[in-house]
Amino acid sequence: MTHFSPFLIFLLITIVKIAVVLVITLTAVAYTVLLERKVLGRMQNRWGPSRVGPFGLLQPLADGIKLFLKEDLMPLAVERPLFVLAPVIALACALTSIAVVPFGAPAYYKGVNLTQISDINIGLLVVLGVTSIGVYGIALAGWSSNNKYSLFGSLRATAQVISYELALGLSLVGVVMRAGSLRLRDIVDSQAAHGMRSWNIFGGLQILAFFIYLMAAYAETNRSPFDLPEAESELVAGYHTEYSSMKFAMYFMAEYANMITVACVATLMFFGGASSPFGHLFDRVFSFNMHSLSGILLSTLISIFWFVFKVFSFIMLYIWVRATVPRFRYDQLMGFGWKFLLPVAMANILFTALALTFFGHSNT
Amino acid sequence: MQLALFIIFGLLAVAGALNLLFQRHPINSALSLVVVMMSLAVLYWSLGAEFLAAAQVIVYAGAVMVLFVFVVMLLNAGEEERTHGSRVAYIAGIPGAVAIFGLLTYVFLRSKGGLGTTQIGGDLSNVSSNIRDISHMLFTSLLLPFEVTSILILIAILGAVVLARKEV
Amino acid sequence: MVPIAYYLILAAILFCIGIAAFLIKRNVITIFMSIELMLNAVNLTFVAFAHMWHQVSGQIFVFFVMVVAAAEAAVGLAIIIALFRARQTLNVDSVNLMKN
Repeated sequence: MTHFSPFLIFLLITIVKIAVVLVITLTAVAYTVLLERKVLGRMQNRWGPSRVGPFGLLQPLADGIKLFLKEDLMPLAVERPLFVLAPVIALACALTSIAVVPFGAPAYYKGVNLTQISDINIGLLVVLGVTSIGVYGIALAGWSSNNKYSLFGSLRATAQVISYELALGLSLVGVVMRAGSLRLRDIVDSQAAHGMRSWNIFGGLQILAFFIYLMAAYAETNRSPFDLPEAESELVAGYHTEYSSMKFAMYFMAEYANMITVACVATLMFFGGASSPFGHLFDRVFSFNMHSLSGILLSTLISIFWFVFKVFSFIMLYIWVRATVPRFRYDQLMGFGWKFLLPVAMANILFTALALTFFGHSNT
Repeated sequence: MQLALFIIFGLLAVAGALNLLFQRHPINSALSLVVVMMSLAVLYWSLGAEFLAAAQVIVYAGAVMVLFVFVVMLLNAGEEERTHGSRVAYIAGIPGAVAIFGLLTYVFLRSKGGLGTTQIGGDLSNVSSNIRDISHMLFTSLLLPFEVTSILILIAILGAVVLARKEV
Repeated sequence: MVPIAYYLILAAILFCIGIAAFLIKRNVITIFMSIELMLNAVNLTFVAFAHMWHQVSGQIFVFFVMVVAAAEAAVGLAIIIALFRARQTLNVDSVNLMKN
């Protein structure tokens, strides 16, 4: 590979990284759906999907084939270009923000970091920006469908997402102030020192911010208890009532990909990202030789394991909440966002700033 | 590299702006304005203003334009109809705009050498960023304007609530 | 290596399209959008000059413009909604109660 220019190597490795991450994310999306159906079934005292394959493990495949082979209906009254464009925007935005997430401890091959597609110094803002563009997917779906249920669903969704974006952004400001950087890698590194004690949620005293983030994230991804945009008892199916076949599947995938993204961001911001909850305990026990290939590989794999484990826990929490909490009413939702979450998030910023001023940045 | 970026996204911005002009339906105009704003964000980044690029996407494309689309959806605004007033605007507007453009371009091209060229300024993948400089300046020497804008936003929120309320 | 003048010319093109749209369009929402387009064009000029002088004050000016534009959009759209409630139209030519 010596005759390749560095830029070409960078390009090739990046394309391979993107392909691998995309395949893993989409598989994870498919199996998150299965996990939700299984766990939700058990919580409601039934079995969930169990016919296709052992324990229903091939169910996502069957669902995919079913959706793929269905006829792609195009209702006559729809605004054609926007009707096609809307699910593409939704899915593309849901998948793009994965690009800045660091999945594990940095591992370099020919100067390219293998555990993160793109390490940019405004990573957090990129995630927030891409999420805010995703609103267009929902808004345009409702408008272009020319259907009153779709329009109501998307009006609700748009208002809800714009309102909760503020609380979401403000809840992350405390973490950013502690880390002093918007780069996701720096934010993770600032929590890696002493394991669980230095995570932002415990050591950083950001537990209030974490709960604000959690609730705003449920609203952002239109998940229950804030799933008013697709409240099936009032709105048929909400903004994607008119969608069928692959276009519907794209909305479905976008919803679950958004869930995974939100779980990734929560892990990075509050739970130390890919760092182990036990600090450097295992490093001392196993004493990896960081100069040998196997040592680097093993420590990277362990860090990726912790990251995936934390993200998985968040997705379980999502499913648990969906099975437990009933849906909010619309005015309750708006009042909760503007009158409770937003002031509390601002108070959290104020207290974090005061604590940083008086006790310095070195408190763990 | 930077020239390629400039040409691609500059053309995209101009195409979006022209589409805003020629589309009859407000929602199509709004979406083409979103395209303009996104390509301007890329140009900001290439000029080394990565914080502004992100703010452009979050504030303009993600909040202000969503509000526009929301209002178009809420009022169910249809295609605009041509009325008498627009004919006067065609006669006066287009030559005026072209004249202003010609004047500005003439001035810029005259002083092209003095203005210099850009380096690819995005230190986007570097550790350092200009966010620190911006925030330092914003919270020390420009603190008063910053506070004034926050009061302005407060007034704007109150005004919007009062104006959009149904019964006065 | 792009001359700064090209960025300024691009901004001038966008600004003039904004002027033309402001004058030609009859829908009040689209007119409002063309104002935003003009603001964006001016912002590009500010960023280009900030790059030229290697100072961040130009970028801070853009930041303020963005904040003011957001406030303006909120109030402006509220006015448009109130107008639509009163007149049932968005055409600026039929909002002529004070004329004649």
